[in-house]
Amino acid sequence: MKKIILAGVALLSISIVTAQSAEERGLQIAKEADKADQGFNSSIVNLKMTLKNKNGQTSERLLVTRTLEQLDDGDKSMIVFNSPKDVKGTSTLTFTHKIGSDDQWLFLPSIKRVKRISSNNKSGPFVGSEFAYEDLSSQEVEKYAYKFLEEKENLLVVEQDPVDPKSGYTRRVVTYNKDKAYRLEKVEFYDRKNSLLKTLTYDDYKLYKGKFWRALTLNMVNHQSNKETQLKFSDYNFESELSEDDFTQVALKRAGK
Amino acid sequence: MRIKTTFLLLILLFQISSYAQEKEKKVTHDFELELEGEYRYFYEDALFEDQKDHFPSLGITPEYSLEWNKGYESINFKGFFRLDVDDERTHWDIRELYYQKANNNWEFSLGLKKVYWGVTESNHLVDIINQTDAVETFDGEEKLGQPMAQFTWSTEKYGSFDFFYLPYHRKRTFSGRKGRLRFPTVIDKDDLTYQSSAKEWRQDFAFRWKHYFSIFDIGLSHFYGNGREPLFVFDSVGNINAFYPVINQTGLDLQITHDAFLWKLESIYRHADAQDFLALVAGLEYTFSNIDGNGLDIGILGEYLYDERDELALNALQNDVFIGSRIAFNDTQDTSILIGGIVDLESSSKIFSLEASRRFGSSWTAEVEARIFNNIDANELILSNFREDSFLRISISKYF
Repeated sequence: MKKIILAGVALLSISIVTAQSAEERGLQIAKEADKADQGFNSSIVNLKMTLKNKNGQTSERLLVTRTLEQLDDGDKSMIVFNSPKDVKGTSTLTFTHKIGSDDQWLFLPSIKRVKRISSNNKSGPFVGSEFAYEDLSSQEVEKYAYKFLEEKENLLVVEQDPVDPKSGYTRRVVTYNKDKAYRLEKVEFYDRKNSLLKTLTYDDYKLYKGKFWRALTLNMVNHQSNKETQLKFSDYNFESELSEDDFTQVALKRAGK
Repeated sequence: MRIKTTFLLLILLFQISSYAQEKEKKVTHDFELELEGEYRYFYEDALFEDQKDHFPSLGITPEYSLEWNKGYESINFKGFFRLDVDDERTHWDIRELYYQKANNNWEFSLGLKKVYWGVTESNHLVDIINQTDAVETFDGEEKLGQPMAQFTWSTEKYGSFDFFYLPYHRKRTFSGRKGRLRFPTVIDKDDLTYQSSAKEWRQDFAFRWKHYFSIFDIGLSHFYGNGREPLFVFDSVGNINAFYPVINQTGLDLQITHDAFLWKLESIYRHADAQDFLALVAGLEYTFSNIDGNGLDIGILGEYLYDERDELALNALQNDVFIGSRIAFNDTQDTSILIGGIVDLESSSKIFSLEASRRFGSSWTAEVEARIFNNIDANELILSNFREDSFLRISISKYF
């Protein structure tokens, strides 16, 4: 009797899986990916950003990013510019929120001013790069509606539609690697006219603390302007034990000097 | 006196740093140098004798910082030297030279430092800690290093509390004989006196509370000490008697950040034996972002300026409106333009301005600035002296 019930339960659960809609499966994958990255607490990483225009000319920016994980809300982050030298010390402090607009402050070192800035400009380019502000902000599950598209061996492809009407995209097509803790392999961005705008690829993955995958090279190619931006991360530090006190306006001034 | 204090401070800082280096091995050094070539051209005939039209100039800004204890302790230095046609504009300053230590929810700084308070763009009323380097820029955003001990206590629920002990006052420098933007009589900063018998050594204090709640950012401050702005008293024969009064100044700054709107308010109430007044700036900034899909941002600024001092207000912003626009291209070269105009609501006086900047390569920047004094009312006590002082400025900087 017990066996029959168990078999029945098993059958039922199989039918639930098959009955799961593409929307539900997409959301489930996003949640799995989010869960797999939980518990990193804080990190500090150096970032070299290389901007390449359509003629192949490049310019570089060096920055340091500090991140503090929040379990109930979006993460907190602080970015400090080290080059170009005329903007050295320019820093931003961002409190991302799962729902609603992010809180953001900018520190201008030449006049030592902290300015609260609007986070309304999601689609604009970050420091002249091919990354929009929304591409670099904390990726929260709540920010998209999901639709599972296909499974290719270990890769899962999910369409993500931004909830925020201020987003510069109609949709993103995201490729997860289910064998590697649902890390991202590729994102394709479709503009407001639904034509392919950019492709972001993740390379040189490294596993930290036996759990957290971090791509050390990110390549963003803009298909419409033929411009590219490469991000090279180095010296990831997950042992810094940053706290809330390192993500305040006082800390922002200190970091930018 | 100033050199002696600086020297003592240096010894103290070196002792702290050598102690620190023994304790914590990982020390990072950072040196940076900015060389600037500048040319200012005043295209209208000078109002007063000996004033020049052309002002080629050189500026040097060295910076050095030493960090240890994961950046929670540091020594920071920023110097400045300018060589100019106007002898008074030829000057040097220690903008910063301080030791800083941070530990969880507190931070302590000792030395010469710069602190900025406020939210508005056309006038900076609340900002009072540092003396303005008045010969350096017209907008008053360049400041002299202020000797201080600063203690900051941060709380998650109640915001941050800043306490300042300011042991020494620095006088403002005015344009010399050859310089523009001055009065008929050349004001020598050493001729200005103090109300306080302790003069520049009066021990001053300041306090500020800063917090934010969702879309609100609020700051409340109080300053008690030698005023940063000299008080000008004109006698019946037109002689100027100028001195630094002892003031109590309470300041409020508030910004509401709602979508692409920034609503701003700054207000001060200043009390001195010779003068009591209220001043405020209120306005908004709205940004149309990424208009062309290529990152072009156009911001619109509007601010109303009020000052109870009326014509005695040093910056002549007693009942004026500022309208401006900030254009940022968000390109690789960080090209940006700020244009604006201040219109006096009671007279014909208008001041127009343009500031543009752009990077070239990775270590050069260029700036263009124009200030145009238009239809300045002859009855304006202070501004009328500058009515022929419209100028163009070009500067090129190289960073090492």
